[in-house]
Amino acid sequence: MVNVTFEEINNRAKSEWEALQKGSYILVGTATCGRAAGALDVVDAFNKELTRQGLEVPIIQVGCTGLCYADPLVVISKAGSLRVVYANVTPETVHRLVEGYVAGDDPCLELALGTLEGGDGEAVYIPELPRFEHELRLILRRCGYIDPENINHYIANGGYSGLEKALKVSPEEIVGELKKSGLRGRGGAGFPTHRKWELCRKAKSTPKYVICNADEGDPGAFMDRVVLESDPHQVIEGMIIAGHAIGAEQGYIYVRAEYPLAIERIQIALKQAKELGFLGDNILGGDFGFHIEIAAGAGAFVSGEETALLAAVEGRMSTPRPRPPYPAESGLWNKPTLLNNVKTFAYVPLIIERGAGWFASIGTEGSKGTAVFTLAGKVADSGLAEVPMGTTLRELIYDIGGGIAKDKQFKAVQIGGPSGGCLPETLLDIPIDYDSLRETGSMMGSGGMIVMDEDNCIVDAARFFLDFSTKESCGKCTMCRLGTLQMLNILEDITAGRGKIEDIDLLLALAEDVKIGSLCGLGKTAPNPVLTTLHYFRDEYEAHILEKRCPARVCPELTVYYILPDKCDRACEHCVLTCPTEAIKGDKGEVKVIDQEKCSKCGTCLEVCPPEYNAVVKLSPVSLLPSSNLSGKGGGK
Amino acid sequence: MITEDQTNQAVAEILSSYKKEKKNLIPLLQEVQTKLGYLPKKTMQEIADFLEMPRVEVWGVATFYNQFRFVPLGKYHTMVCMGTACHLAGGRLILEALERELDIKVGETAEDGNFSLERVACIGCCMLAPVIVIKDKINPKMTPFKVEEVLASYKQDIQKGKS
Repeated sequence: MVNVTFEEINNRAKSEWEALQKGSYILVGTATCGRAAGALDVVDAFNKELTRQGLEVPIIQVGCTGLCYADPLVVISKAGSLRVVYANVTPETVHRLVEGYVAGDDPCLELALGTLEGGDGEAVYIPELPRFEHELRLILRRCGYIDPENINHYIANGGYSGLEKALKVSPEEIVGELKKSGLRGRGGAGFPTHRKWELCRKAKSTPKYVICNADEGDPGAFMDRVVLESDPHQVIEGMIIAGHAIGAEQGYIYVRAEYPLAIERIQIALKQAKELGFLGDNILGGDFGFHIEIAAGAGAFVSGEETALLAAVEGRMSTPRPRPPYPAESGLWNKPTLLNNVKTFAYVPLIIERGAGWFASIGTEGSKGTAVFTLAGKVADSGLAEVPMGTTLRELIYDIGGGIAKDKQFKAVQIGGPSGGCLPETLLDIPIDYDSLRETGSMMGSGGMIVMDEDNCIVDAARFFLDFSTKESCGKCTMCRLGTLQMLNILEDITAGRGKIEDIDLLLALAEDVKIGSLCGLGKTAPNPVLTTLHYFRDEYEAHILEKRCPARVCPELTVYYILPDKCDRACEHCVLTCPTEAIKGDKGEVKVIDQEKCSKCGTCLEVCPPEYNAVVKLSPVSLLPSSNLSGKGGGK
Repeated sequence: MITEDQTNQAVAEILSSYKKEKKNLIPLLQEVQTKLGYLPKKTMQEIADFLEMPRVEVWGVATFYNQFRFVPLGKYHTMVCMGTACHLAGGRLILEALERELDIKVGETAEDGNFSLERVACIGCCMLAPVIVIKDKINPKMTPFKVEEVLASYKQDIQKGKS
């Protein structure tokens, strides 16, 4: 029992935050993405350098700003001066930054991505970057700027005031606000959130449960991870409000085991929330009590399906069951259970705090608010973006993502992972909302967006997703377990040059069967990557089947590496020395030749051939290989 | 190496910190695996007896989830990310390079116990694709050539440890 009011907690948090702003401090983004880019080494380097120079400046490890392409990202904040953001910081540049801007007055603009305050003229003003013309950051607004392990940073920036407000109004009114806001589930299907809440609220059976689905299994999506690693309290606050609205006292956050840092940061957040009385038996001194536990997933994509997730929390094999009954009526241990995605819960405190009307004014007719996407693949500036619903795919990929990396040609954008589809250039002007995307045969999904360029093979991409779905099928439904496997076998034949033209019709027929014959979303959507690629990129399938040609020169059986004799510098031996299978022959002074029988098609020779020669090329179909290069019986088959 | 007595003691300690509730099965398996590096058959039987549930059910759950392993991992456990972004950036070539250089297949542990190799779905570092994780260290933007270089440094460490 904590005997302090929210006002006191709020004041204390604000004074801590203001005190911080009065001095200098350094923010280093150490979410998983930052760590992978070496952010922890940067933190170490700052610590050493500050000690060496006898400076006492706090280093705060924050989450991710979404500008992942610039990781490791550092912000140096000085009272009365510009806050400067530095991109791709290395331990070697730390010395310069400390001497230049922490100790001195030189903002080291040559190393900076830009500044967070305008008016200087010399430096790029970050909010004026083209991407921020389109972005509207709601649930990402604090990510990367507050310490996720310090609850006071969250409170000082508006945190827990939604909960304070929610506790003063009735559950009916909260659900009513959600209805007015038009919020739809951010897990992918887009079910109206208020309807789940209302069903749960009205359910008679007790106890009731609130579950946050953080089983972000879509390979290529990581926004839930970033939200949990950067600003976990907003999700916790949303869950507590949900508990109040439906009459539940227990919540679970189901996080996938592959996200250890997210689990660690949620644990810290839960502990701090409890200490301040936002969780526990008498929240903020009132009668309402709510508790949250973490349930760590054990690695199963199907656990993202709600009934399979319930089975996992109960300690069973994660397999789905038929609905109805829906979890809202009979969920965890057959009790009414509210299941929402991480981002759905994160929007709730904001909607309560700023009002449903405000939220409903953002977005399109049928899809309100913002959408958070991860942009990855062959896009120049990969990372996270939050845009109002209705923004076009083109704006997202070109204005926010900076277009295609290395001036390559755009080929497709894959949205929604193994459940979604590949869309071609001609569809880039459609607005991003649940309904427009569904019409294309793709789906909003959880928000993973992977851009493919001319070097990516569409058939191989479809094969990749089918392979994933086949591996992750729980095995309960025959069509999902074996139908996807049949489809995969056909795709493997096509990518290996063994395809027949009638395979295309067979794939289409199987796709329908798998959709109809599967119980849950995994099987029902598993054919989508194949169906959309067949619809929009049929010519690539036909090239594989009829010409034995892989247009992107990716499929190993249809592609060979070849060294152009006129371009090969005879004195250079880069390829010979690095080839892992010793497949390249040619003594010093001779043109190098690849033994096709030994070649593993790893591409190392292409990678190491000096750019001034550029002698290694990929050829498809294999018949393009000049007969003089056919060494041994296996070449050019 | 952990002795059998130490294993027994560790398992007993873990079991004593849990209530006999079915929902604790997965957390128990996870904690045992964190401690021992894998799930020995005997320990799974002990967990089944502790939770008073059929052994086959524990085996069913343990084999259902990707996270659980039934053989000890190598000293340098290597995970290859096979998420979409990594695949499109050549993940398969990285996997083939690792299998070639380590002379083991995915899912295996080398005989000398130094390396083990596993494929994982997305670890959420898509902008650094393709990535591999060796003993918890993420190695970004791999190429088959860089695989050789990275492994060489670990192999050197192993050699040093021997001498």
